[in-house]
Amino acid sequence: MCRLIEKCCQAPLLLLYLAPFLVIVPAVAGTSFPGIGRPATPAEIAAWDIDVRPDFKGLPPGSGSVEQGQKVWDAKCATCHGTFGESNEVFTPLVGGISAEDIKTGRAASLTKPEVARTTIMKLATVSTLWDYIRRAMPWNAPKSLATDEVYAVVAYLLNLGDVLPNDFVLSDRNIAEVQARLPNRNGMTRNHGLWDIKGKPDVTNTACMKDCVTEVKLGSALPEHARDSHGDLAQQNREVGPARAKPEAAGAPAPPAAIQPAELARRKACLSCHGVDNRIVGPAFRDVAKRYKGQDGAEAKLLEKLRRGGSGSWGALPMPPNPDLAAADATTLVRWVLGL
Amino acid sequence: MPGPGRIVRAPENFLDATQIADVQAGRRDFLRGAFLAAAALGSGRATAAQGDDPAILNLPEHSRALGQPVAARGYGLPSEHEKNLQRRESPGLTRVGGSSVSFAPLQGLFGIITPNGLHFERHHQGWWDIDPTQHRLMVMGLVREAKVYTMDDLMRLPAVSRMHFIECGANTGMEWGNVAVPTVQYTHGMLSCCEFTGVKLSTLLDDCGFDRKKGKFVLAEGADGSSLTRTIAMERALDDVMVAWAMNGEMLRPENGYPLRLVAPGIQGVSWVKWLRRIKVGDEPWAAKDEALHYVDLMPDGTQRQYSSIQECKSVITTPSGGQTLLDKGFQNVTGLAWSGRGRVKRVDVSFDGGRNWRTARLESPVLPKCLTRFNIDWAWEGGPAILQARAMDETGYVQPKINQLRAVRGTRSIYHNNAIQSWKVAESGEVTNVQAY
Repeated sequence: MCRLIEKCCQAPLLLLYLAPFLVIVPAVAGTSFPGIGRPATPAEIAAWDIDVRPDFKGLPPGSGSVEQGQKVWDAKCATCHGTFGESNEVFTPLVGGISAEDIKTGRAASLTKPEVARTTIMKLATVSTLWDYIRRAMPWNAPKSLATDEVYAVVAYLLNLGDVLPNDFVLSDRNIAEVQARLPNRNGMTRNHGLWDIKGKPDVTNTACMKDCVTEVKLGSALPEHARDSHGDLAQQNREVGPARAKPEAAGAPAPPAAIQPAELARRKACLSCHGVDNRIVGPAFRDVAKRYKGQDGAEAKLLEKLRRGGSGSWGALPMPPNPDLAAADATTLVRWVLGL
Repeated sequence: MPGPGRIVRAPENFLDATQIADVQAGRRDFLRGAFLAAAALGSGRATAAQGDDPAILNLPEHSRALGQPVAARGYGLPSEHEKNLQRRESPGLTRVGGSSVSFAPLQGLFGIITPNGLHFERHHQGWWDIDPTQHRLMVMGLVREAKVYTMDDLMRLPAVSRMHFIECGANTGMEWGNVAVPTVQYTHGMLSCCEFTGVKLSTLLDDCGFDRKKGKFVLAEGADGSSLTRTIAMERALDDVMVAWAMNGEMLRPENGYPLRLVAPGIQGVSWVKWLRRIKVGDEPWAAKDEALHYVDLMPDGTQRQYSSIQECKSVITTPSGGQTLLDKGFQNVTGLAWSGRGRVKRVDVSFDGGRNWRTARLESPVLPKCLTRFNIDWAWEGGPAILQARAMDETGYVQPKINQLRAVRGTRSIYHNNAIQSWKVAESGEVTNVQAY
């Protein structure tokens, strides 16, 4: 008995003896890389946690009316998407191609008709997708600049333009699920295919025939004649040595112009995202700007001011946003280049 | 600087119509004669004896003088003579360059690695050169603890390096209905392949203690204007998905997501989120715009496939290819690329008669899963018309289909996932054009 007691007493003594040598690990549960990364703060999470799911998890409270939406639309959306959301000048059309019948069935019938151009409203199956996208990525040149209520308003107006919502509708987090039930293609999507899972079953198969596989080879398609020169001088797209060359372009075709420094600046500063040199994109063509201001006194100063503070909508409904971060020297280079076109 | 003895550039880059006619008529020797004549004209020296190449007899400047010093260019560039190989836009494909594609010049590349400067691009709201010291990655959602990492943090974690292809789901998409573009750059150039270095996504998910029971999906989100998001299956995320900072030995290029991007092997390019800022663990897919509304495959009955992700087995001959002209009859090395999002390429067969008969090509090593594989095959061109095709098979046994087989199931307006066998027609003139033959 004495031995037993001795042994029992020894154990706690043993622990006491060892205690100073036990290493206490900091209590960061589960991490095997101490000191790498740190917890995100609630404000940080809130700043970036902007996704909205089809079950509307993540949707912030708020509301916006079709009427309010029209104001936002005309000021910030119409230039790219058209006053009625119908434009295909910059991006694919947003509305068109659906019917009241589609709203009932939830299947946009004209998706089977190749002659009907596919619009966003013909495809959209979840209104959360629209809300989420507009909030994170729109307007195209100033994403994440819309307030929550403005996003509600724009979504309401867009669906109104698409004949899904009436003129007096006020969209909010409380009724958005009802709107979901009205989408004309809400039943038109499927996830039943083999391209999600790496072990998914392919829907098209071929056999590895090696000999006498077809009796007659059908030449189904070739590049149409009018498209022959659509991609420039192909001789300039292959190297000068090797097993094959390219046919030179037909005589008389112009060589591509050497890159001009201001043009490169215009590309880097994203001016060319909205202004073509010869064509209107979102804003006027630079050559048209040059034409308008040709010979005008003070044109340079006027345009410099517009560049810095933003336009006044003198070329269309959408004024140019201000460019406060554009260096003065760059601004002068760009304005002089444009005026000289 | 012109002067006696300067090598005149041989007229190798251009065959004018007369010269092509000569080739067609079998007057092959014209090439050598024209070469000599031009050299003699330009050099101002006595014409070399018939058969002697002035390029050899007249020592070039670089054999008789001092060249440039080391580190003349701190970051080296390709030869001036390679300037024809650039990534390019396809005119008319999009209206704005900020939401567009540039195509890699596959016709001029070798092996399986895409040089970083020629890597294809696809942006939705333009690209940026982000300050890496200010970039953050947040991992959150169904995790025990949401965490923020700096680049310093991430680059201290256990690193892996893997070689993978990235292909846009819309690659070759413009040819679902018919031939639309002239060269392999435009038919297949939304394709590139790099050795990526980064940390496994599973390492980060474990570091945050992700919910193994409820966490079925991961959302990846970017820091650019579009803040593009895509849902990734947890099975993929835990398998081989990486959070990468390097491509081919150097940090990512700005156009490819510097300083951080997602690498999702075998999955279409849109999931490889660039300028990656956030990973969220969830229990339901998110129906992001670029998986639920765009990048959806229209079927003939009007339904559309959402969340289509896997790039199926595909191959293409890169030389000879559309827009090129074969100089001469005789021996040719026919070369191309094959790849599969479901694993390794197993075999590539090549046909020279539009698919009637096939021979198996050599695969260059390494043959890696979800990575480009280079194939080569000998061809003795006898001068007659030919239709060249490549057909790949992957380790699942799947065989790359013909365009008519794809259309029979998916119609002509699917836009995405066109992995059809590509045909190049060689005319008797040696001119190679894009056709669809089956």
